[in-house]
Amino acid sequence: MLAAGLVLVLALAAGQGQEQGAVRGVLREELLLQPLPVGDVAAVFQFRTRWDADLQRGAVSHYRLFPKALGQLVAAHGVRELHLALTQGFWRTQSWGQPPLGAPAGAELWAWFQDSVPDVDKAWKEVSNILSGIFCASLNFIDSTNTVIPTASFKPLGTTNGTDHRLLRYAVLPREVVCTENLTPWKKLLPCGSKAGLAVLLKAERLFHSSYHSQAVHIRPICRDASCLTVSWELRQTLTVVFDSFTSIQGKKDWSLFKMFSRTLTDACPLASESKVYVDISPKNKEKELLEVTPTPTSVHEAIVQGDKRTYAVYDLLSPLLFNASRSLNVQLKWKRPQDSSELSTPVLHAQRYVSGYGLQTGEISTLIHNTHPYRAFPVLLLETVPWYLRLYVHTLTIITKGKENKPSYIHYEPAQDRQRPHLLEMLIQLPANSATKISIQFERALLKWTEYPPDPNHGFYVSSSVLSALVPSVIAMKDVDVEESPLFASLFPSSDGSSYFVRLYTEPLLVNLPTPDFSMPYNVICLTCTVVAVCYGSFYNLLTRTFHVEEPGRGGLAKRLANVIRRIRGVPPL
Amino acid sequence: MAAPLVLVVLVAVTVRAALYRSSLAAFISERVEVASPLNAWKRVVEGLALLDLGISPYSGAIFHETPLIIYLFHFLIEYAEMVFMITDILTAVALYLAIQDYNKVVFKKQKLLIELDKYAPDVAELIRTPMEMHYIPLKVALFYLLNPYTVMSCVAKSTCAINNTIIAFFILATIRGSAFLSAVFLALATYQSLYPITLFAPALLYLLQRQFIPIKPKSKSFWLYTVQYVALYLCSLVVIICLSFFLLNSWDFIPSVYGFILSVPDLTPNIGLFWYFFAEMFEHFSLFFVCVFQINVFFYTIPLAIKLKEHPVFFMFVQLAIISIFKSYPTVGDVALYMAFFPVWNHLYRFLRNIFILSCLLIICSLLFPVLWHLWIYAGSANSNFYYAITLTFNIGQILLVSDYFYAFLRREYYLTHGLHLTRQDGTEAMLVLK
Repeated sequence: MLAAGLVLVLALAAGQGQEQGAVRGVLREELLLQPLPVGDVAAVFQFRTRWDADLQRGAVSHYRLFPKALGQLVAAHGVRELHLALTQGFWRTQSWGQPPLGAPAGAELWAWFQDSVPDVDKAWKEVSNILSGIFCASLNFIDSTNTVIPTASFKPLGTTNGTDHRLLRYAVLPREVVCTENLTPWKKLLPCGSKAGLAVLLKAERLFHSSYHSQAVHIRPICRDASCLTVSWELRQTLTVVFDSFTSIQGKKDWSLFKMFSRTLTDACPLASESKVYVDISPKNKEKELLEVTPTPTSVHEAIVQGDKRTYAVYDLLSPLLFNASRSLNVQLKWKRPQDSSELSTPVLHAQRYVSGYGLQTGEISTLIHNTHPYRAFPVLLLETVPWYLRLYVHTLTIITKGKENKPSYIHYEPAQDRQRPHLLEMLIQLPANSATKISIQFERALLKWTEYPPDPNHGFYVSSSVLSALVPSVIAMKDVDVEESPLFASLFPSSDGSSYFVRLYTEPLLVNLPTPDFSMPYNVICLTCTVVAVCYGSFYNLLTRTFHVEEPGRGGLAKRLANVIRRIRGVPPL
Repeated sequence: MAAPLVLVVLVAVTVRAALYRSSLAAFISERVEVASPLNAWKRVVEGLALLDLGISPYSGAIFHETPLIIYLFHFLIEYAEMVFMITDILTAVALYLAIQDYNKVVFKKQKLLIELDKYAPDVAELIRTPMEMHYIPLKVALFYLLNPYTVMSCVAKSTCAINNTIIAFFILATIRGSAFLSAVFLALATYQSLYPITLFAPALLYLLQRQFIPIKPKSKSFWLYTVQYVALYLCSLVVIICLSFFLLNSWDFIPSVYGFILSVPDLTPNIGLFWYFFAEMFEHFSLFFVCVFQINVFFYTIPLAIKLKEHPVFFMFVQLAIISIFKSYPTVGDVALYMAFFPVWNHLYRFLRNIFILSCLLIICSLLFPVLWHLWIYAGSANSNFYYAITLTFNIGQILLVSDYFYAFLRREYYLTHGLHLTRQDGTEAMLVLK
């Protein structure tokens, strides 16, 4: 009896063990080091956990690699897809090239919900509040005044059945600052934390001493296999940091992992099935090699990324050969020859945005989009979210390309409601080859109530970055990437055909001043205005309730009588 | 009389046309004293542009005009300058004809009261003669057309001019005695900007007087006429609102227009008292003070009706002034409308106490408005308090001016019935006090 019971228990345990193995999850970690044209270097960390469980249906109680906080968030609120990015700094597309993973300055959160969710706005509010707690960021300031529902710019990045844009919510908090307080909980979500693997390089004092720092979390459902009958969940945690060669690496263009992060890699994360470092050593010039990497990489990988053929030196941290020579891996890069300024290639699509005008009454927002492709024209979707207190006048919207007016083929405009929702302007603009398009729209600045100004009101108000989404035609034909086989940096955006790649660019955020009332004056203003109203009331009251009388000589008041008494004493005639 | 009027009209048209062609036109259109969120031309163009894009103009917070304006300018947007010049001319002509008729009524009433011996014997110099009243209608048209406020309002293409035209037609219809037209125009005026509903009382009083119906609650004919007038007014209002509904197939315009006028969400500075008050208001008391300020416009009607029931046209003037001063988004176009009536009360000049200082005050404030706006918004060397101070002073000036005219009016009435040379019981010269 006891033996039978024991056997049963063992069988159950074995069975559960097998099941656990299936829903365990797969972790891949990757670091991409990319030298940028001007001598800076970008480091992109990606940690991808793939979990073959159905978060929506089954009541999942055992979390291993997938963090429980995010898993419960997705399950409880019917989230289909979630993308959160916290960014400090601005990606200079013109000098650095296309960003591997773009993000606007501040905090950006967008989510697709399941169509079974009854009240999307309520779920959105709860999701933003929970994420605010998880990441110690002020995402609780996301409310209806900065949330928009884009109709075309944001399509789901995971597998999905339908795309009813009413299930999408997008919000940006441009004033949000990123600091160590946000990095720590982000690191805690990693399966190995910051103790092993690539995450040991993430030291706050080096990461925030950079030109650009962006950390993001992307959760999306992906096909479990080629037939796509069941879904798995993918969590990608990405961190992009750009080190300025002059401040971080003391002016010399040679850099190493130790110089950038003040740490070196000692081992791979034990829970990871793949742990690699990719260094972009693509020769800009076909003949001469530009860079030299030490130690020798374990392999060399070639891929077509963003329309360019690139060569990567790969260091596989799980390969036993790597740590043979030394206990730690410190990738060093030396420039073989100085970079020629003629080799700096401008990216095919880049944009700038600025505010013009003078005074605190009106202004104009202008966006300049450049298409530097020599012969291909392509359309770009522009999404602008402008807060309600900058009242846009859509009849002043002008789009000029090469001196002529360019009419957008699709325009979706949702005017703002005061204190309720922001302006949303989405346009599909055709960019001719080798041209610069200027889109400008005039606005009026509103006077807000004194309690609605943030601390330091004369600093100004931020307008969040506008989003440019385009399928940029690529020179080289690209083949379809298999998500499991290719490096992570090539597989975030699904590409539909081989002739173009998807690019999402963000423009600069704007800082706009509004007229301010005098904050020390509430009591004075109430008193003075009520005095004026009382003057009117008093005058009219007198005129309406009193009538004219001939003045009768009165007995005189007390003062007069007293004066008469004194006069009588003196012997003078009375008043 | 027609020739001088035509001359005045021509001069006015020339002035406006010259300003339209000059560079001042753009500058004047931007001025907050002339264009408010309710009647700025930029917003009308924006509303029509939104309609072209297929979005309801009322879905945003930019457009607060009534559907009538959409309908009017949908066809006439090309000829906007002509439309505004024509509205100004129509207002002036309507006021001219109205004051002409009113003078006849005044003269007839005065004759009746003299024959009934209601006047004291020594008030000969206070009696008005047709000779002196001859040029008053022309002066009214002149005051309206060549008033810098009106000219600026026209050049800025502010729809306040259209509101003024409707009110002028209402005054003409009332003084002519046509209850139906008076009710229709009053309904239109209320539909356009809500506050003219307070002009219902003076119009009713005037029409009752004209029909020789005594204003006594017990009289049956009083109630009959009142109910008739009320019914006409309400029916026309309902018809106009329903027509507006059918224009865009939604009731969106009601919160956008009337909700906006009553709840004052937009705090763009203007010449009124509301904007800074609500910008500095504690959030807790916001609703209370909005209600107080709105009631303040409406509640002078009943007391004025009781006091001025014999003089409904003067009541109308005071009521117009109160609307212009205390409405939620006043502009100088509203001020120009009641200022056009000053020539009608020319005979009160000798009893006005502070006319010099008040007119200086108003002129100086009008000149300081753009200066202090520039210092605050463009130069950055002043702050909002400077502009607010001029707003306060300007409104005090207007209030004191209107109450001065009211005082002069009441004083003249007293002298008419009690005699000009007042003596006390002991024979010495008496002083007149308000007690």
